[in-house]
Amino acid sequence: MDFQVFLLLGQDGVTNGAIYALLALALVLVFTVTRVIFIPQGEFIAFGALTLAALQAGKFPGTVWLLLAAGSAVAVLDGIVLLRERRFSRLPPLILANVGFPLACAALLWLVPMSNLPLWALASFSMLLVVPLGPMVYRIAFQPLASASTLVLLIVAVAVHLALIGLGLLMFGAEGWRTPAFTETNFEIAGAPLQGQTLLVILASAVLIVALYFFFERTIYGKAPDGDFGPHGRQAVLYPGCRDWCFFRHPGRAHYDHLLRFRFLDGPQGICRRHHWRSGLVSRCGIGRLAGRIARVLFLLLGERFQRGYCFHPHSSRPALAFSGFAAH
Amino acid sequence: MKRRHLPIVLFVLVVLAAPYFLSDFRIALTNYIGLYALVALGLVLLTGIGGLTSFGQAAFVGLGAYVTAYLSTVHGVSPWINLLVGLGLTLLLAYVIGFVTLRMSGHFLPLATIAWGISLYYLFGNLDMLGGNTGISGIPALKIISWEIRSEREFYYLIWVVLLLAMLAVRNLLDSRAGRAIRALKGGVVMAESFGVNTPRAKMAVFLIAALTAAISGWLYAHLQRFVNPTPFSLTQGIEFLFMAVVGGIGHVWGAIAGALVVTELKQRLQDLLPGLLGQSGNFEIIFFGIAMVLILQWARHGLWSLILRLARRIAPNRSWRRPLAPSGPLPRRSLPASGTVLLEVKEVSKYFGGLAANQKMSLNVKAGEVMALIGPNGAGKSTLFNCISAVNPADGGEIKFLDERIDALSAREIARRGMSRTFQHVRLLQQMTVLENVAIGAHLRGRRGVLAAAMRLNRTEEAGLLAEAARQIERVGLTEHLFDPAGSLALGKQRIVEIARALASDPCLLLLDEPAAGLRHMEKQALAELLRKLRAEDIGILLVEHDMDFVMGLADRVVVMEFGEKLAEGLPQEIQENPLVLEAYLGGVE
Repeated sequence: MDFQVFLLLGQDGVTNGAIYALLALALVLVFTVTRVIFIPQGEFIAFGALTLAALQAGKFPGTVWLLLAAGSAVAVLDGIVLLRERRFSRLPPLILANVGFPLACAALLWLVPMSNLPLWALASFSMLLVVPLGPMVYRIAFQPLASASTLVLLIVAVAVHLALIGLGLLMFGAEGWRTPAFTETNFEIAGAPLQGQTLLVILASAVLIVALYFFFERTIYGKAPDGDFGPHGRQAVLYPGCRDWCFFRHPGRAHYDHLLRFRFLDGPQGICRRHHWRSGLVSRCGIGRLAGRIARVLFLLLGERFQRGYCFHPHSSRPALAFSGFAAH
Repeated sequence: MKRRHLPIVLFVLVVLAAPYFLSDFRIALTNYIGLYALVALGLVLLTGIGGLTSFGQAAFVGLGAYVTAYLSTVHGVSPWINLLVGLGLTLLLAYVIGFVTLRMSGHFLPLATIAWGISLYYLFGNLDMLGGNTGISGIPALKIISWEIRSEREFYYLIWVVLLLAMLAVRNLLDSRAGRAIRALKGGVVMAESFGVNTPRAKMAVFLIAALTAAISGWLYAHLQRFVNPTPFSLTQGIEFLFMAVVGGIGHVWGAIAGALVVTELKQRLQDLLPGLLGQSGNFEIIFFGIAMVLILQWARHGLWSLILRLARRIAPNRSWRRPLAPSGPLPRRSLPASGTVLLEVKEVSKYFGGLAANQKMSLNVKAGEVMALIGPNGAGKSTLFNCISAVNPADGGEIKFLDERIDALSAREIARRGMSRTFQHVRLLQQMTVLENVAIGAHLRGRRGVLAAAMRLNRTEEAGLLAEAARQIERVGLTEHLFDPAGSLALGKQRIVEIARALASDPCLLLLDEPAAGLRHMEKQALAELLRKLRAEDIGILLVEHDMDFVMGLADRVVVMEFGEKLAEGLPQEIQENPLVLEAYLGGVE
């Protein structure tokens, strides 16, 4: 392996590593807040990329139908709750957001020829189609089991993963697609080409990671995830000794008690020691430890790149590697 | 015929009759159901009963299949020898994997099973000697003496006989000393360890059994198909096995068959139906399965079999599990130290939780044939001290001696072996198990027969002895009428008494009782006091934490008062009642 090959492979490894680091961060966030090990994460990557590819090819992306179906299910589930509680005024916004939005997207697709639009517009539109699926999947699959053990949530995550794989095959078929790079600019460093796209990927990941860090560590909103998780969400105001914490500006709304426990452990007093068994578990996945994890993922993927580049191994062991990067502490 | 054998007999009849009614295609399908049920059976034991979730069982199926495929095609070894080799290799590999991963707790273990499930799958696909992704073909048929098992119909009998034997073995196992230890895993390692159950070993045992049933299934699969490739041993298949067990009822032996039957049939139908419906071909049944699994976990977490059981109970109510206990003489007892001997000596024990001192330089001792009461306001650190003594939560400093031996570095299990037994403030009974079985866990250390003896029913004499002992202790505490009731159905006060019976079943010389009288009615308290007096007269030492002052003062020989983790006073009940410090602690000061 000469220096040029080293640089090429290294570049590839760092790019993949940046993407994986972002994924690892997402997994950590989901786990600390919901205790769900979000195995279907991979499907969201695939759906995002394949939706973009379908839009570029001028095809109608199946994600729209999935969004409509999932949105309708959420509307039904939450609608029943609202009807039962006689909160009729909240029905229209619920239906508008969960059914109206997918329908509007479908209408837009029919009316506007997408393939002529610039890449950034298509990318944004595919994100509009895929991102709302996340909360919808949570509402349908996980929220009814919010108080179940981590194990049950894990099995549910695996089941959702299966269902989404099947749906992906149904919507996009088994063939691969190719989307163009955001930029064709190329640089040259020490004789090895450096693609502009690579820089973009690394930059985007870095910006997102830093932004998420500041959001969750430095803002009141981030520290008190202000989500209305319906009547079953558990109240967070459990520990009277923690009055000074900002969560209590939103009494009754901050339902993420597990995140709260994790935060409390960082606090000066051991008021939550009795919950040590659980918060310890969570804090091991804490955002504070993220740097180490990102380094580990990068290291593993770099290693894998070199190994693959060197002996051209026929079978990818990447899932297992990415997994071990995530699971290792 | 005993009534509890009825399902087995019915099952055998159905299995025997089925070939006369089923087409060749159905028989082939039924063979697969049998093979899957074998794996799901292992998962029922591992996940449903032992509480250890595994997504990786398909890898062990693959191991069993590949060993026989490779050895019989390349080296021409007899399949029967390959079975033994395959089982041996599976045992070895599962032991190594289990050694590394079983100590992980909660969700880390299932994640690890995903990891090794994936890596074994890639190993099958990447080893050239195993034929890579094309696999191995031309595997010879099974032969019993001169009978070659070639047709699906012939294989049918072999598969279902193996499955039936495996089911009987698992059932026998669950109904034994080793089985109770396994069932205790899910209810709390702390309790099991306190009665001498080696929980890491029990976990390993179920893990190995589940791996072995999977390997046997793989061996059968290889000789049924006469061809293997890596695909059927992927993670997806591993998930499907778990799915079958969950659908069927992860806590029931019969759930394995119900789940395998339903899932396999459904899959078959969906594979016929969906491509036509959706206009393209592919594995679209996984969409359905994924969604179905989520719904089952949301709405019927105990699976099909528990629904069937509930239905059966409605049709034929009052069929609780009762059977006469085999008569058996008393178990040998340990020799108790003479009255007045110091049993337990606690010297300056401290325990910290972070910055909080739960116990600070606590000292006390308990002699044989006396009741020592430990009292104090809520949060004074009494239960913490109990946990330090019984090594549930070891002390940070100080010295604890039991029968003149330092025990502060020993495990809960080793302390139990030395004759100390305890009850828990928050009752730790296995709610689904009968009172009898719960109490029999207490006698764990008085038997020694293991998993193999239990599976083959060679443990009957010992088992009779243990159950008879448990029944005797239940009678002693006055709960004989609840012998066969699920422990969870008793009132909380009575559950505390069951805990005492369980502690007594271990033949202790020192009893630690954590609030035994809480939740009892007046008459029951009197009966309990009577029982404790009787035990004291037998030279058993008793350390008692209790809030009910009448109960304590009428019973205790000596009293230690704790406040804020420290000893406030010690003395005879009379002295304590007049101690101004104690009065202040309890009543907030005497003006």
